[in-house]
Amino acid sequence: MKRKAILRVTSKLLIPLIMLFALYVQFHGDFGPGGGFQAGVIFASAFILYALLFGVANARRVAPAGVVRAGLAFGVLLYAGVGVAALLLGGNYLDYSVLAHDPVHGQELGISLIEFGVGTTVASAMITIFFIFAGQDPEIGRGER
Amino acid sequence: MIDIALLVFMAVTGLAMVRLRNLFAVVMLSGIFSLSAATLYVVLDAVDVAFTEAAVGAGIATVLGIATIAVIRTETEKVQKRSVVGPLLIVFVTGTALIYGTLDMPHYGDPAAPIHHHVAPRYIEESGREVGVPNIVTSVLASYRGYDTLGETTVIFTAAAGVLVLLGRGRRRRRQDRREKRGETAE
Amino acid sequence: MDVPGLYNYWIVVVLMMIGFYVVIAQGNLVKKIFGLNIFQVGVFVFYISMGKVDGGTAPILEEGFKVYTNPIPSVLILTAIVVGIATMALGLALVVRIREAYGTIEEDEIEKQEGEVP
Repeated sequence: MKRKAILRVTSKLLIPLIMLFALYVQFHGDFGPGGGFQAGVIFASAFILYALLFGVANARRVAPAGVVRAGLAFGVLLYAGVGVAALLLGGNYLDYSVLAHDPVHGQELGISLIEFGVGTTVASAMITIFFIFAGQDPEIGRGER
Repeated sequence: MIDIALLVFMAVTGLAMVRLRNLFAVVMLSGIFSLSAATLYVVLDAVDVAFTEAAVGAGIATVLGIATIAVIRTETEKVQKRSVVGPLLIVFVTGTALIYGTLDMPHYGDPAAPIHHHVAPRYIEESGREVGVPNIVTSVLASYRGYDTLGETTVIFTAAAGVLVLLGRGRRRRRQDRREKRGETAE
Repeated sequence: MDVPGLYNYWIVVVLMMIGFYVVIAQGNLVKKIFGLNIFQVGVFVFYISMGKVDGGTAPILEEGFKVYTNPIPSVLILTAIVVGIATMALGLALVVRIREAYGTIEEDEIEKQEGEVP
């Protein structure tokens, strides 16, 4: 089955690059287009590509349901937690200026943390949604043979 | 002119989606529609939005649509027996009212439009000094309007949780539940 | 060529009406959800068109550029896109459950079945 071999080899080359690109977009969202939302969607698409080719059962071994669900909650928790940390350090809720020794550094630190939280939640949400849809039908759950 | 050409292309794609009955073709056309929308956003200088629309609309929405069609095993829409005059009339009236509403708007691209003169100049001028991040969209999203973004992240979390609740138990377990419930009520 | 400054908005209204027509006139639930997607994209394009400034550049601070496009509509629409896909996923999950419960995804057949329940 040459056709399936091409898909598998190409995807094995592409999937790590897709995840790397997602991390690049996440952390360079300050200097160019990008940020948490885009990075989360691109990161999830790497897992979705893997699930389309190798089956949802194999993809579940890479991204277990419990871990993805924990990631879903962790992102929102991190975001709200940064706000509470700002409260505890003496500023208003989500006031990043008090997070570091100098307001501009505090802003940059706060923005990096919350964008990471947003990226985690968005990636986990997309992965959860797709795996549930694909896992409904055993036909598409089996992947390419 | 290129934005008008892209908009016309999007309108033609939309009309094709109305007429087609094959659901797979509708999902594919929706992917093309989102991709042309992403190109249009680049022409309109909204690069962050273009990025998101290309990843989400042309990627995730198409894959979700295909997964849904595979699960529900319905390839084509049934032939419609109802009349189209009523909806067409409603659509025409609404469209005319909206176009009448746009006649008061400032011209497209006008730098003297009111929306460029209240909060936007403050963000553009002060963002470099106060936040120190070159991407103004990120600084507004994460710092000046960070509270709204927290709410929206919670909405995404809730939607994923909702899908988990609706479909999470798996089809075979739901069929078993229904059979058990019917067995209990029959006895 | 001198194009009157409002053509963009009119074509966007046409896009919105196409999506609106699919939602109210067609019976297939999956097509309704994708019609809603068309309407949504039309609204987003409308917002972003309002923010464009002639001769401006993308809102990323750069040496040598003075005029920037308004960043505020971009911010609103950015989150709206991702929230829209999340709610679309929820809608499609409902369609899958409706298909399991009624055996069909056509609106008039579902109404007929609802009418027959004693």
